[in-house]
Amino acid sequence: MENVCALSAERDRHTREVSRASGKNAPSAEPRWYGRRQDYDMKIVIASGKGGTGKTTVAVSLAYFLARSGRSVQYLDCDVEEPNGHLFLKPRIESQAPVTVMVPTINEKKCTFCGECSAKCQYNALVSLPGIPPLVFPGLCHGCGLCIHVCPENAIAEGKREIGRLEQGVGLEDISCVHGILNVGEAMAVPLIRKVKDCGMDNQARIIDAPPGTACPLAATIGDADLAIMVTEPTPFGLHDLSIAVSVVEKLGIPLGLVINRDKNHFPPLERYIEKHSLDVFTRIPEDRRIAEHYSKGDIIISALPEYASRIHDLVSNIERVSSTTIIGGAA
Amino acid sequence: MNSIKEVVVVSGKGGTGKTSVAGALVRLLTNRVAADCDVDAANLHMLLNPVVIEEKEFVGGKKAVIDASRCTGCGTCREVCRFQAISPDYHVNQYQCEGCGACYFLCPAGAVDFSSSLAGTCYVCRDKYSKPFVYAELLPGEENSGKLVTMVRNEARAMAEKNDIPLVIIDGPPGIGCPVISSMTGVHVAVAVTEPTISGIHDLERIIDLAQFFKCKTAVIVNKGDINPDYSKRIEEYCSTKGSNFLGTIPYESKITEAQIQATTILDIAPDSPASEIIRVIHNKLLTILEEL
Repeated sequence: MENVCALSAERDRHTREVSRASGKNAPSAEPRWYGRRQDYDMKIVIASGKGGTGKTTVAVSLAYFLARSGRSVQYLDCDVEEPNGHLFLKPRIESQAPVTVMVPTINEKKCTFCGECSAKCQYNALVSLPGIPPLVFPGLCHGCGLCIHVCPENAIAEGKREIGRLEQGVGLEDISCVHGILNVGEAMAVPLIRKVKDCGMDNQARIIDAPPGTACPLAATIGDADLAIMVTEPTPFGLHDLSIAVSVVEKLGIPLGLVINRDKNHFPPLERYIEKHSLDVFTRIPEDRRIAEHYSKGDIIISALPEYASRIHDLVSNIERVSSTTIIGGAA
Repeated sequence: MNSIKEVVVVSGKGGTGKTSVAGALVRLLTNRVAADCDVDAANLHMLLNPVVIEEKEFVGGKKAVIDASRCTGCGTCREVCRFQAISPDYHVNQYQCEGCGACYFLCPAGAVDFSSSLAGTCYVCRDKYSKPFVYAELLPGEENSGKLVTMVRNEARAMAEKNDIPLVIIDGPPGIGCPVISSMTGVHVAVAVTEPTISGIHDLERIIDLAQFFKCKTAVIVNKGDINPDYSKRIEEYCSTKGSNFLGTIPYESKITEAQIQATTILDIAPDSPASEIIRVIHNKLLTILEEL
């Protein structure tokens, strides 16, 4: 498997270019934690249903807060269609690797045009026409490999198709950052999401930024998390999409906490929903134009506006409570 | 009638105000069919208060289920599954299963069942402006959202043909992946609603590249423009370098959220606000682009 960490040749090729590119974005602030970082083994997914509710703001702030508290933190950005976490954590990219999925390649000498492969392919990625080898449509292929198994002539081999790339580096406060970037025009996000998740390391607080929506990319991201945090906003659209996303998390049986962002006007339908479903609100972040302005520039909110650190502290305390763990108890 | 034009409103980044802007444009366009292709988090219907005329079932791809009574535990399915969807005790995780059928076709004991099930619903409606509107709801966590998007677009085009309407306006999903591609292929104009933030710009570049890849004409609206006037200006410049039509900058307006809570558009609750004025200008510019097609 292609672990980014292992692709040293690939890394060498990119190092010069990348270090030049990242120089101007390098974190300027000195890390404030000088001691040995402590292990904390947990996978926390930050999701939202509706896009733009503040998922990345919360994920980045949580990662930053935990790192400041002396924990080893890894930030895994699974929003591979539009990854944004790195714009805030500003990692120096140390390695890049293409991510590929399998596509069939047909050996035209062996193929007898029997049509077995195209008959079994569930994605219409192979089309058989009389007298010629099947046509392959790579954009439709899910890389399942069934055609290789069912070809009676052994005429199908495993080829590769690039769907995007993985980038990895160390950002602010020593946070280890991994993100996937889906190629423009590519439909298959889920295999790339799985690759980002495969980079997760044990004994780290793994903060996983999920894609918006409530379909398969969300399910693929949340799958085996220890805890899901849903960020919502007190609006009809926010509530509608939250309720669908919550049902995905509940079906997967993962513990859930809410963050209510842009909390301004009391929005009774959201409060009623929370009460009816006995959901746990971990923290609320008020509507504040300054947050939007700092966000627009790529600032981390609790660093730019320290008065909001207590809101993330509440979030962390609630994570400790539901997971029966201690995160910041021993921290300075 | 072959001259039906399709316009899709997209954003790349979520939460830029795509649906609020689309809702306002839908209200202003007089002769159109509206369609919501954000099938896993549909919201436009909440502004259009539709009456459902017809409900159509969406059957998704097939999924594998292992029948324990026929399973011999040989392990073939776990070997051939490339999606790690089968547990050591031979249960298929329905969220991991991509429905490829490898386990079904290759199980020597024939212990795998493989069938389709209901994955969503498509609603053909008449909206509160008495005009056709089509939307859909994918069941939570389901796959094949792209196919459901195609179903919504087909129904919307059928409504346009039946009623002799020249325009379909589509509220698209966020991102650039499978459902966005399905919403965009063959569309005439892609209107991107963005915001002047570092993430908004990053994501805008990707969605414009995608639209141009599919040979759509592109247009850009900046929402919440005064959050960062520098970035708003930068987006305007970016549009001219990309040959994209810049339609206008909508200022941050808290009444847009208020309109959403009242299930209507900013044009209805604050018709004289600067945001409403600029939306009317944007609408006129869009009509000009459509006439020039």
